[in-house]
Amino acid sequence: MSGESTYVPKNAVAKWFESRLPVLGLAHSSFVVFPNPRNLNYWWTFGGILAFLLVSQIITGVVLAMHYTPESTLAFDSVERIMRDVNFGWLMRYWHANGASMFFIGLYVHILRGMYYGSYKAPREVLWLLGFIIYLLSMATAFMGYVLPWGQMSFWGATVITSLFSAIPVVGDAITTWLWGGYSVDNATLNRFFALHYLLPFMIVGVVGLHIWALHVPGSNNPIGIEPKSAKDTLPFHPYFTVKDGFALTLFLIFYAWFVFYIPNYLGHADNYIEANPLVTPPHIVPEWYYLPFYAILRSVPSKLGGFLAMFGAVLIVAVLPWLDSSKVKSAVYRPLFRIFFWIFVVDAVLLGYIGSQPPEGGAVIAGRLLTAYYFIHFLVILPLLSRFEPTRPLPASISDAVLGDSAKAEPALASH
Amino acid sequence: MAATTTLEEPTRRDFLYIATAAVGIVGAGAAVWPLISQMSPDASTLAAGSVEVDISGIAVGQILTVKWRGKPIFVSHRTPEEIAAVRAVPMNELKDPATDQSRVEKPEWLVVIGICTHLGCVPLGNEGPYHGFFCPCHGSVYDPSGRIRQGPAPANLVVPPYKFVSDAKISIG
Amino acid sequence: MTLASKFAAGAGAAFFGALALTFAVSATSVRAEDKPAAAGEAAAEAHPHPHRQPWSFAGPFGKFDRAQLQRGYQVYKEVCSACHSMRLVAFRDLEENSGPAFSESQVKALAATFKVKDGPNEAGEMFERPGRPSDAFPSPFPNPQAARAALGAIPPDMSVLAKARDLHSGFPGFVIDAFTQYQEGGPDYIYALLNGYTKPDDPNFNAIFPGQHIAMPPPLSDGLVDYTDGAPKTTPQYAKDVTAFLMWAAEPKLEARKSLGFAVIIYLAVFAGLLYTIKKRLWAKVPH
Repeated sequence: MSGESTYVPKNAVAKWFESRLPVLGLAHSSFVVFPNPRNLNYWWTFGGILAFLLVSQIITGVVLAMHYTPESTLAFDSVERIMRDVNFGWLMRYWHANGASMFFIGLYVHILRGMYYGSYKAPREVLWLLGFIIYLLSMATAFMGYVLPWGQMSFWGATVITSLFSAIPVVGDAITTWLWGGYSVDNATLNRFFALHYLLPFMIVGVVGLHIWALHVPGSNNPIGIEPKSAKDTLPFHPYFTVKDGFALTLFLIFYAWFVFYIPNYLGHADNYIEANPLVTPPHIVPEWYYLPFYAILRSVPSKLGGFLAMFGAVLIVAVLPWLDSSKVKSAVYRPLFRIFFWIFVVDAVLLGYIGSQPPEGGAVIAGRLLTAYYFIHFLVILPLLSRFEPTRPLPASISDAVLGDSAKAEPALASH
Repeated sequence: MAATTTLEEPTRRDFLYIATAAVGIVGAGAAVWPLISQMSPDASTLAAGSVEVDISGIAVGQILTVKWRGKPIFVSHRTPEEIAAVRAVPMNELKDPATDQSRVEKPEWLVVIGICTHLGCVPLGNEGPYHGFFCPCHGSVYDPSGRIRQGPAPANLVVPPYKFVSDAKISIG
Repeated sequence: MTLASKFAAGAGAAFFGALALTFAVSATSVRAEDKPAAAGEAAAEAHPHPHRQPWSFAGPFGKFDRAQLQRGYQVYKEVCSACHSMRLVAFRDLEENSGPAFSESQVKALAATFKVKDGPNEAGEMFERPGRPSDAFPSPFPNPQAARAALGAIPPDMSVLAKARDLHSGFPGFVIDAFTQYQEGGPDYIYALLNGYTKPDDPNFNAIFPGQHIAMPPPLSDGLVDYTDGAPKTTPQYAKDVTAFLMWAAEPKLEARKSLGFAVIIYLAVFAGLLYTIKKRLWAKVPH
């Protein structure tokens, strides 16, 4: 399935090159003739959208690094110089800052699509784990990027998150001091965060390469979750999926542009336009929206170490999903109970995000605890039980049967395109 | 593959595909422009103001170096002999012909950008065979009017925009 | 087309239809809100929560009002600048066509009214000289400690103040704000705060300021600044003008951003339409 190269170089130069480094054949087999299940729906376009966003973030990031100064007394002013004086600097900065949010929107859609259609199941466990590593690296990159403008939220976000490590018994304080390179978040911290913020995206590119490699061994999963059995089940990547992905990407860019050009500070926080002040904490510290569910879980546990463990546990548990859900049926389309619990889980995560954005008072605390408990119950109790006892619906014989037969027309909205 | 053969069919190249590709290319081109433009000098650099220099303290025969837009500016208080010498040079002896009169506001004051027109080194003042400027990097020799006389440099030292605010003060830029 | 794809197409169309609709609504709502605003000022005392004002720079086609920015500059210069710095803004910025659009000679003249520290000179000493267009606004105090010693509190720098303040819409208001492009929380807050001194006997009481106790006594009063263009010399007018000026100071590229955004979105919509046509044509030949 991974596409034996049928590429034949047409001219002499390509022939000469191909016999020495068959990279054209690799590209041809991976992105031209690569067979994709013909029934992929629009939720499958987010991988391509994410690839575009990663490249776009790296390009605008390199541009911003040409004008930014990673020094604690100059960082804030240098960002403002980018906004005011650098040609198109405002565009680069708003594109990059909102790009982080767009990247996480894409990531969450991509992850939830994988969860709904069982894309983490055999033979795609390694693909899932590589995706999980990309997610972790992205969180680290975005966190350090948010520190760079050196506003109040940058500073206090950095202080709070790095202080998490002080929860580790015995060595916690030493680790925090080591992370900071001092006794508080300061110039040394800013410098290393800048260096790592520049480095990590290239590591993400590397893992994305592996992710695509691991994808191209079994090929894409699809809405009905049955592996392609014959050539009738697939279509070549180009032109069918290049055009479809391109169309989806363009729609996504309209959404992105809406934020960049009309509400560029909507996803940010006003306090980050106040320069970092180590002596004054803003009244209400919140992380960027994409961390909010985990932030809510952190605050729901009334113990420093407990909160630390719960938060990292909530992230890490996603990695072992292939082993928590052992159902042989992949797609939620044929798992009526799983489908309901999937949506309850999504609502749970969204509500956790909302709780994370609210001050930890009164009802919000209790709601946060209940939602946190459910988050873990979903993974540790519901999924293992479902995979054992859930009655699943009969699967079609093949993708082409599902597409060409009458059964396809009766599917619910997400099921097939 | 069945679909790849459709790529070569003439229908593939109809107006719609060409139009879409053209629109896509225009968009990509437009998106590249800000990435190029951001590297040119920013607004604060372009607005960098003029510099005023007090020249009353420069003795005859002395050269003062001041900084303007990050570059050295030579303000040379020339001797009457130097002025006479540079004004007597016939144009056909010069690699980059220009009269001394066209390069100065007042005969005794030469104001030039102190950057060798060869590869950007800073020449030394009151040096070289013409007792003008001498570039130590590759041996270009300028006369006291800043005109290239020997060596690899192709052109005379550049005269920056400047004016006399008073007899004792010039404003560069 | 299967039922599912019809549903997806319908949902997509509805989403982008809604985007287009809100575009139109947020463009016109600016005018529509003009009337209740006057009533809102009278009611400010009863409602400590800041009202949304009909700013000229709101919405997808928002633009700064040049005359208002010039008046706002006058208020900043004659009132605010005594205590508040604006160190990230340069005099030359006042010349920008998308800003107050003062003429070159006006900017030269007004820059010269400020004393700017420069140096060292040939003797190695720092000296003061009149400001030039390329200079940034000089700060009234050499450092925050000096400001606190003189005033008892540190007045915030005004360069990005309009973006450093916000109003919280709560749920579901914040979702609606994304569609109506509400980004004027900062100006609304500052305007309300300047009009929030509702206890004449307590100069440090402000209905809008968190905790209601503010170190800054009422900075504006009727007739304080002498407008020459016939605009009313009232506190609400001063507040509105200086707030608009601060928004420009915080976001000088606002007009360029919005007009480029319009072109970008139109372009993307056309490109998406073309791609969709191609996609449909391609996929029509294969059941999926």
